[in-house]
Amino acid sequence: MGRKLLLEHADVPGIETFDVYRKHGGYRSVEKALKTMSPDDVVEEVKKATLKGRGGAGFPAGMKWSFIAKPEGVPRYLLCNADESEPGTFKDRYLMEHIPHLLIEGMIVSSYALGANRAFIYIRGEYMFVLRIMEKAIAEAYEKGFLGKNILGSGFDLDLSIAPGGGAYICGEETALIESLEGKRGNPRMKPPFPAVQGLWQCPTVVNNVETLATVVPIINLTADEYTKIGTEQSKGTKLISASGNIVRGGVYEIELGISVEEFIYGDDYCRGIKDGKKLKALVPGGSSVPILPAHLITKTANGDTRMMSYESLSDGGFATGSMLGSGGFIVFDEDQCIVRNTWNFARFYAHESCGQCSPCREGTGWMEKVLNRIEHGKGTMRDIDLLADINKKSEGNTICPLGDAAGWPVAAAIRHFREEFEWHVTHPDEAVKRNYGMLKGSLAH
Amino acid sequence: MKLEIREQKRPELSEAAKAEIARVIAQYPEGRQKSAILRVMHIVEEEAGGWLSPDTMDMIAEILNIQPIEVYEVATFYTMFNLQPVGKYVFEVCRTGPCMLVGSDNIIEYLEKKLNIKVGETTEDKMFTLKTAECLGACGYGPMLQCGEKYFEYLTTEKIDELIEACRRGEVKGNKVV
Repeated sequence: MGRKLLLEHADVPGIETFDVYRKHGGYRSVEKALKTMSPDDVVEEVKKATLKGRGGAGFPAGMKWSFIAKPEGVPRYLLCNADESEPGTFKDRYLMEHIPHLLIEGMIVSSYALGANRAFIYIRGEYMFVLRIMEKAIAEAYEKGFLGKNILGSGFDLDLSIAPGGGAYICGEETALIESLEGKRGNPRMKPPFPAVQGLWQCPTVVNNVETLATVVPIINLTADEYTKIGTEQSKGTKLISASGNIVRGGVYEIELGISVEEFIYGDDYCRGIKDGKKLKALVPGGSSVPILPAHLITKTANGDTRMMSYESLSDGGFATGSMLGSGGFIVFDEDQCIVRNTWNFARFYAHESCGQCSPCREGTGWMEKVLNRIEHGKGTMRDIDLLADINKKSEGNTICPLGDAAGWPVAAAIRHFREEFEWHVTHPDEAVKRNYGMLKGSLAH
Repeated sequence: MKLEIREQKRPELSEAAKAEIARVIAQYPEGRQKSAILRVMHIVEEEAGGWLSPDTMDMIAEILNIQPIEVYEVATFYTMFNLQPVGKYVFEVCRTGPCMLVGSDNIIEYLEKKLNIKVGETTEDKMFTLKTAECLGACGYGPMLQCGEKYFEYLTTEKIDELIEACRRGEVKGNKVV
């Protein structure tokens, strides 16, 4: 079992309360930052830790912070993106449900670094039960003097509250999140201007993922020098992985970046292998948007190196033979799963979630869903398979936000690695329909 | 979208709901009360029996001092809001990839048979509405469904039978009957 920096105390009874959390070293990073460091010191420390955004895009958090505009007399805002909706991802929910004060602590230190006196958590509306846990923790933090005016006598003020969404994947895109928090439809904004210059209510704003903000706590406590001793050359520290699909033990695991994919799938500390003794067929390692990997590219890269749970190893080989760490939404497929059906399922998801303001995405996601539906249900043609690649090419890069791209990547990768399965659906329409029916009946394992 | 339904009168808000609305509006700077819209819609929807009629949405516009169209456009964008009447218990079954891998299609099929309705419909006795939802963030614990604020995970057909019985006995929190 590797070192845990975020979930170390997640199983301690009562850790969701202020007192127990404090007893286990909670809020130490607030004391350290506010009493012994300047805001710029905190930014430098996070930069030095090379913390990559944990929401999926992997953009360096310290760098994002350093872009924030500081015009005189204009308020700055820190927003926490808790709109976790990427299929396969449920780590932020776990963190907030079990150890809510860790997020609050990270947000206090981060707001101090940015000079923000007002911060909001935007949480997906379906997580209303998590919102209630967070609200209770926020009220406790106010009561104990860690939120509100003049925190720990430092002269730094911070107000924090939490707002729910209403069921829209697109609000995880940072400018859509800002629109939603302004009380509007979640249509992403044109960039530039970036939120760091004009964000919430046209003021400078930073949007960070839950896990990113929580990770600021161990970075400040340990110092960047100690923190960067964990992990690999380009992937420092730990990462929360949400494991799902056909594995023995699904759930959220904190890993040291750099353990092998094989250990994560088969190790006793993690997923404990494929369910019912079946064989591994495919893996989506970082949430539904990242390319799927076929069995021969999961534990080894195309070069024959051991595939590791790290940003660089999972993307080794580019989109041709690699994938991405993404959000850490780790979805495992056993030998009985139908790749065409899953690709159609994901395409349906993106078609449902496209906000509709850019035609290439609105129409493209709809077309991909229709064509895949056709192939899956035994009504496709060989030309349909190439048509999918064509639709993908036409929408990629031609939309305001990356949803259009994200919708196409899993389709392109599935065809790249499992083309014969798509062709089989076209040449064996009756069997394709029957086989799926049989597969579904058999998969009700619980 | 059936915005013409105007059969429901405005809901009577409880004192607790009014206080909650005032509290969440106060979380935003002066003049930014529109930011509270989604939270207010969730609160009012609960008070109104689980759905928002145009009359109810007009009331929300008045509470927030904005135009009714600003509420309609938000209500039609976010999938959680019901714009037509629903049953006392709304089952929203996750149908996305990871849940599908562990049998969500079977769960949906079983519920359709058991309740004798199709996805999107409500039982005649107005007890149950069946819907599907996209990824609800319970991928490692699927198949699952959401009913009210609660997640029901690791579903089996037996667990669904138990859930339905528990609903009938009034042991699960459902929508207010208004």
